[in-house]
Amino acid sequence: MPVAITPTAPSADPALRRARQERRLRLLLPVCAISFALLMWEFLVWYNEVPHYLIPAPSLIARTLVENFGSLMGSAWFTVKLTLMSLALAISGGVALGMIFALSRPIEMSLFPFAVILQVTPIVAIAPLILIYVPDTFWALLICAWIVAFFPILSNTAIGLRSADHNLRDLFTLYRATPLQRLRYLLIPSALPYFMAALKIAGGLALIGAVVAEFVAGTAGQNTGLASRILESSFRNEIPLMFAALFLVSALGIVIFLVTSWLSTAVLGHWHESEIKRTR
Amino acid sequence: MTQPAQITLSHVEKRFGNGTLALRDMNLSIREGEFVSFLGPSGCGKSTALRMIAGLLEPSGGTITVNGREAGDGGDVSFVFQDATLMPWATVFDNVMLPLKLRGLGRAEARAQVEEALGMVGLTKFASSYPRELSGGMKMRVSIARAMVTKPRLLLMDEPFAALDEMTRFKLNNDVLELWRKQGLTVVFVTHSVFESVYLSSRVVVMGSRPGRVVHDLPMPEGPRDEHYRTTARYAETCRIVTEALEGTMDHVDINH
Repeated sequence: MPVAITPTAPSADPALRRARQERRLRLLLPVCAISFALLMWEFLVWYNEVPHYLIPAPSLIARTLVENFGSLMGSAWFTVKLTLMSLALAISGGVALGMIFALSRPIEMSLFPFAVILQVTPIVAIAPLILIYVPDTFWALLICAWIVAFFPILSNTAIGLRSADHNLRDLFTLYRATPLQRLRYLLIPSALPYFMAALKIAGGLALIGAVVAEFVAGTAGQNTGLASRILESSFRNEIPLMFAALFLVSALGIVIFLVTSWLSTAVLGHWHESEIKRTR
Repeated sequence: MTQPAQITLSHVEKRFGNGTLALRDMNLSIREGEFVSFLGPSGCGKSTALRMIAGLLEPSGGTITVNGREAGDGGDVSFVFQDATLMPWATVFDNVMLPLKLRGLGRAEARAQVEEALGMVGLTKFASSYPRELSGGMKMRVSIARAMVTKPRLLLMDEPFAALDEMTRFKLNNDVLELWRKQGLTVVFVTHSVFESVYLSSRVVVMGSRPGRVVHDLPMPEGPRDEHYRTTARYAETCRIVTEALEGTMDHVDINH
């Protein structure tokens, strides 16, 4: 008896539509949820007549943000500068030292404890000392933020450089690769996934380090960042300004997260398991 | 059969750092154009011997000469690993191009050779694919193309098809035989399959374990090797002889080792 076989493979069209729908939902749902939360906040503050020096309404925060835009942007720029410079130093220092660690076990064994000590000691505890020893506040803050962001880059780079497949290493030996060729064509590509994971972490940590260090430093400097603005407005009981500065800090964190995630996808997207979307 | 020996092992011994004697007093001479299989149970030192011929391991005693020079100095040697060992971040083209790139050739200079090597294994259409997009058999063919791209005189293969399904393995067996015939290669092939070694080789070196050593050196009958050969009485008879030789090496080996 002939059996009618219906094709079970889904046609491309519904799959495509589903993908588009998912992309739309991915944007739509968070936007709706956040808008709803803001509206609730606004409503509850208005309904309960909460005074603005306790909890300001989102609209007031937005107005404060616009009114103080110039000075807040100046502070934000200071924090951005601090974060990016510390991240850049953490990347260059971490990668350089990670490479040395990967090349030499004795050096790693000697220096790794220092890196661990720096990592496990809370930055809040070291920051006052650094502020005493380093006369320039900006440099002191930079060192604090750098210490926090440095460790993940260092340890992941060292592990990543060692993670190259052993047979591939043998293959490079067989074809008499120079040390430079080995580094460029084998070790660095093998280390990239580890480095990218570290970068995502270090990006966030650099911001945290910058903010925490500034809190410890207080408003000592002339040219101050968002953290000192938060402190300063709390002394003056300017709660809406505190929220406005806080908003900018988290916006900054989100931007850093998005940029590092995008970078990771751009670099690894075409080959590494972590970034490949599986079709179901 | 009067060609000079291409590979000579004399009194080769390998003891690993942990004290294991992997290979004891191995003497072997392989002539140009031979297809030699190292057959034996796991732990018989067959892969160790192959790696020493490639120059990836140093013998602890004895000498190995390849192409008239000490192993590892010769060049002109290619190696195919048990897994395809491809770089996941590089396309098939770039993977195959690697040996040429390490010799300092640019992309444009290498193109013709890479395409020829890909043509040999029938993967011309997949030059721009990434390894993860390929099946196990295709990955292994990329690995073979990479080994062939330098036009080596000697091809060393370390259980290359052990992880593949039987149909793919038969297909790749024929591919390797064709390369061997057409390119005038010398092939040293490590395997634990009696049937594979008998089908492919012109000579089977049966090895025993604990310590690793050569037990038998069996010449294989000449004649055409194709799918038909697998069903002939002569193939069956040769397999029986080799199996017996292999079993003779395993008397004292506990099956649960």
